[in-house]
Amino acid sequence: MTVAMASDREAAAVANIIRLADVQKFFGPIQALRDISLAIGRNEIVGLIGDNGAGKSTLIKVMTGVLSPTSGRIFIRDREINLSDYSVRMAHDLSIETVYQDKSLAEKQPLWRNFFVGRQLTNRFGFIDIKREKKIANQILMDVIGFRGVGITVDSTIGNLSGGERQGIAIGRAMHYNADLIILDEPTAALGVAEVRKVLDFVRRIKTSGRACIYIEHNLAHVHEVADRLIVLDRGSIVAEILPKDMSVVELTEFLIDLQHKS
Amino acid sequence: MARQRAVSAFQRVEGLPIILVFVVLLILFMYLSPEVFLRPFQYTTFLSTLPPIILLAVGLTFIIGAGEIDLCFPAIIGFSGFTFAVIFKEGPDWLVAVSGAREGDWLASPLAAQIVQWCGVVAALIAGLFIGFVNGILVAKIGIPSFIATLGTQFFWYGMATVMSGGKSYALRTAEASSVWQMLVGRPFASSTTDWLQQVPIQALWTAIIVVIMWFILNRHRFGEHTLFLGDSNDVSRVVGIDVDREKIKLFMLMGFLAAIASIFLTLENKNYFGNQGQGYLLLAIASVLIGGTSIFGGKATVIGTIVGCFIIAIVEPGLVATGLTGAWVNTVRGLIFLIAIIFYLHVEEPQRRSAFMVRIGRLSAFGTARPAE
Repeated sequence: MTVAMASDREAAAVANIIRLADVQKFFGPIQALRDISLAIGRNEIVGLIGDNGAGKSTLIKVMTGVLSPTSGRIFIRDREINLSDYSVRMAHDLSIETVYQDKSLAEKQPLWRNFFVGRQLTNRFGFIDIKREKKIANQILMDVIGFRGVGITVDSTIGNLSGGERQGIAIGRAMHYNADLIILDEPTAALGVAEVRKVLDFVRRIKTSGRACIYIEHNLAHVHEVADRLIVLDRGSIVAEILPKDMSVVELTEFLIDLQHKS
Repeated sequence: MARQRAVSAFQRVEGLPIILVFVVLLILFMYLSPEVFLRPFQYTTFLSTLPPIILLAVGLTFIIGAGEIDLCFPAIIGFSGFTFAVIFKEGPDWLVAVSGAREGDWLASPLAAQIVQWCGVVAALIAGLFIGFVNGILVAKIGIPSFIATLGTQFFWYGMATVMSGGKSYALRTAEASSVWQMLVGRPFASSTTDWLQQVPIQALWTAIIVVIMWFILNRHRFGEHTLFLGDSNDVSRVVGIDVDREKIKLFMLMGFLAAIASIFLTLENKNYFGNQGQGYLLLAIASVLIGGTSIFGGKATVIGTIVGCFIIAIVEPGLVATGLTGAWVNTVRGLIFLIAIIFYLHVEEPQRRSAFMVRIGRLSAFGTARPAE
């Protein structure tokens, strides 16, 4: 309890969960990210939109330690991080979790292994405490994700779940690890209407639980519905910041099409 | 619902389908040639011939489970076997020659010779680890597909063994007197009055211990979990924070280590090192792993299945010969069992393949039934 309060107080003093300053990323001669500067505050859902190849995924990978930027600075909770040390594991330790459209869960593995892989509960020889992992996975399933009576257990194989259920599990896992920032990479791609509803509900849950979220989406209606702020990316640069209340989905669509024609 | 429960019980017991196949084969052979299969000698023979292939197949279970392949391990049997044999046979004499020790000196004593021979064991293991490490670097860091990388290293290390041995073989005729032989492949019950018990080899015990440890590592250890996730998807593994390159290097080193142990057992059991030893094991080991139920596509692996797969591969030969068919039939039957097993696994474990297949042969209509591959 005291630990939680202390971390709350600490978090309250922090202005931004993550801030990027002048980040550049080159793949050989190709510049994928150009002068990216952005900040994500606490308790907001930021939509990241842009056409294919605009650099959305690259930006996410840089933020989460999968790729290292060619140059630039990254601050997490206002503290600069050493980019040569930055890795996925370190991002996890700094409470940043990512949910990828199809790369978050291993298909042939049971649910409980997917919850804990990468940070297994082990004894000092590295052997996994299966009983405890399953028990906690079951709690997450019931309490955090709210899968009651739908026939999903901790032993279910991921491959047998629907797309929406998978996203729910990936988001639930991120919330269980007390992530301050959850990054969603096109979580509704290739999902049916009812499944999309479920996922959007999960996204809202992220915000009500007091966390921040970066939401990458192709479907402007979905992102317009849940985001507090939209960042538009085009050819590796940030070209606009829009508040959903200032622009309807139709206007937003036209804005993006104009952007394509402008150059 | 009841059918579903039966199916899940079928899948919950590790390797159950293949265990049943083995039991059926065994009963068949017992019925057809009781004079061989109802007496213990056939089984004590298995205890001394099976350990190398079991060790190789268990290592390969990890490799294939991780979605990789290793073609190099027969060469590790060659190279590590050479390293071991040369030190075992000539090491004690070198020691005397190099140190100039005379009769009665400690360095010329039997104890010193024994120590040198144990160094041969250690050197062979280090050689196996090193070859595995090189394979791992080639696959993980340089990015060569494992099939190609290990094909290349396989040639290289066999060649290296030939160059260094000058094509000679090493007969280890007096090996039985050494503590290395006694400890690793000895016959602990040699003084027993029961005749078959005299022939029980101790390497069966060492192999069983290693297999149990490897089962726990695959199913209960962080490394085993990482292995299966690698086989499932390298991308997912990276995203969840597995150090993909490092785990792959470790996998190939594990394979090298187990192959080195196999080579020591093989060389000692035969009391001979010859240049192309191990060459027959490549396809047998791969077949054992796949018959056992480890997925060709990675992500699913079973140590128990692999062991039973080894038993099946091994039992076919004496079984067919004893029942009156010639040895020429052995590989035909092995091939048949192998193909049936692979088709079975594809259809049990990947329902979408099953329905796609049914559609192809016209049993089902194409609409609504076949789930598209994702």
